[in-house]
Amino acid sequence: MTMPARSSLLGALAFIAVAAVAPWMPPWLVSLATIAFANALVVLGLIILWRTGLVPFGQALFYAIGAYAVALIGRYTSVRDVFVVILAGAIFAGIAAYLVGFLLARYREIFFAMLSLAMSMILYGILVKTETLGSTDGFHVEAGTFFGYRPQGVWLNLSIYWLVLGFSAVMAWLVSLYFRSVAGSLSNPIRDNEIRVEFLGISVDRLIHLKLVVSGILAGIGGALAALAVQHVDPAMAYWTTSGGFVFVTILAGAGSVGAAFVGSLVFELVRSIAIDLVPGEWQMILGTVLLLTILFLPEGLGSLYGRLRRRKDAAS
Amino acid sequence: MSDILVVRDIEKTFGAVVAARDISVVVPVHQTVGIIGANGAGKTTFVNMITGHLTPSKGSIHFENKDITGLPSRDIVRLGISRSFQVAQVFPTMTVLENMRIASAIANSRDSILDRLFRPIDAPGAVVEADAALDLFQIARYRHAKAVTLPQGVRKLLDIAMAVAGSPRLLLLDEPTSGISIEEKFGLMEVVMSALKTRRITVLFVEHDMEIVGRFADRVLAFYDGTVIADAPPKAVLADPKVQTLISGTQRAHVGQADA
Repeated sequence: MTMPARSSLLGALAFIAVAAVAPWMPPWLVSLATIAFANALVVLGLIILWRTGLVPFGQALFYAIGAYAVALIGRYTSVRDVFVVILAGAIFAGIAAYLVGFLLARYREIFFAMLSLAMSMILYGILVKTETLGSTDGFHVEAGTFFGYRPQGVWLNLSIYWLVLGFSAVMAWLVSLYFRSVAGSLSNPIRDNEIRVEFLGISVDRLIHLKLVVSGILAGIGGALAALAVQHVDPAMAYWTTSGGFVFVTILAGAGSVGAAFVGSLVFELVRSIAIDLVPGEWQMILGTVLLLTILFLPEGLGSLYGRLRRRKDAAS
Repeated sequence: MSDILVVRDIEKTFGAVVAARDISVVVPVHQTVGIIGANGAGKTTFVNMITGHLTPSKGSIHFENKDITGLPSRDIVRLGISRSFQVAQVFPTMTVLENMRIASAIANSRDSILDRLFRPIDAPGAVVEADAALDLFQIARYRHAKAVTLPQGVRKLLDIAMAVAGSPRLLLLDEPTSGISIEEKFGLMEVVMSALKTRRITVLFVEHDMEIVGRFADRVLAFYDGTVIADAPPKAVLADPKVQTLISGTQRAHVGQADA
């Protein structure tokens, strides 16, 4: 079997397994995994930019737009279908990414990072100051329906969990296809040498613009799913610490593989909730230590463990 | 024979500095043109203007009867003019094969975002082309080496092979042998020139070594102080007293060798 085929099969099996065990998982774990996988979609978008050498410190901008789109549709219209509202979140986030992309795509390195941060903080400022959007408290998100079906009680959480998993599987597959396309393969070349890319007949700025839109759409879907799962939105979703969390998970997961984004995001949420449980006042310290250890001992992230394992197996056989 | 490149009275000024002036050159197809001149004579400025890296302040450049003056370089590449660089421009963290596959895959894609989103990087056509290009430039045995580890000469060949991937009709080589030891220079130029001959590509190359110019060029443009002071077959240009005093003065030994 070819390598991409083997990875896809492995990924599909993993998704089916985590979907199947859900009814026997404790409710807190279902909620935790739901948020973790929703956020992993944002991380997928970060990985796309990361491979190009770009680190967005303001990806929460698109995350919050996706979430608020879902919340506002719930508040002002009678549309409740989860697929429709998530699509709307993705579209609004994509449009926002397309618009800010005209500016962002012209910058690199720290300038790109800070400009992206600035954009997200503008949205944060607007959300905090706008009374009709709930100001700092945010507001409630109406529960979604699935093609008219309205799950209740424990089934609501499970349905959202499966919904998140479904989107995760589809997006992971699409992103892995993207990485094998001509446009997706140009990440490393752009990071290595923009001049050569231009002289092969490609506009680097336009390509980065495309990557921004793709990552914005992923973040929008992640935010929309998170809003449905938590049933609440607030400006913290656009705050820089939210963006920082995504960057944290990207470092933890590594940009090497699509699957690592999901594992990394799950590990991050687990470590965070355990840390909050153990030392409610100082949980950031534990998270910081994990980050430090990752950078020191796993500079290419959790994803590189799988590669190491396989290389050892290949060497043995 | 028709003319592939027509340059009319181009000039490039940076503030008060005149980097190039009154340059008019007509290049027929399949010609190999050597460009000589001391450092700062305007050779690279000339190459940069043709490839769109710089926009001329005055004058016009026509390629295959199309006006390409001031177009961005990526559009000029798409039209059929490619270039290599004085310092080889490759993707250092990727292997030779990956470098070449990227170049071939881009060459095989249409100039649209959608096409590039849905075209796989390892489409059979591009893979075959990449392998053929590595063979043609005789660097196939380095295929799995990271570009950063390559010897200078191999990196230069890779740079040129990538420039040729899009099947250009006109190729500009900016000092293909700079940074290469004297013993290797001729071998490298033999590989490059015979590869370009099989692809029937018109070539402009910038070169300091008069011996190489004499051996490979059909015609020589001598640059001095931003303009062309001689334009003739190599023998005539290298024998030109003006060229000898202004450009090849320090290299007369080489000219002697070439004549012998």
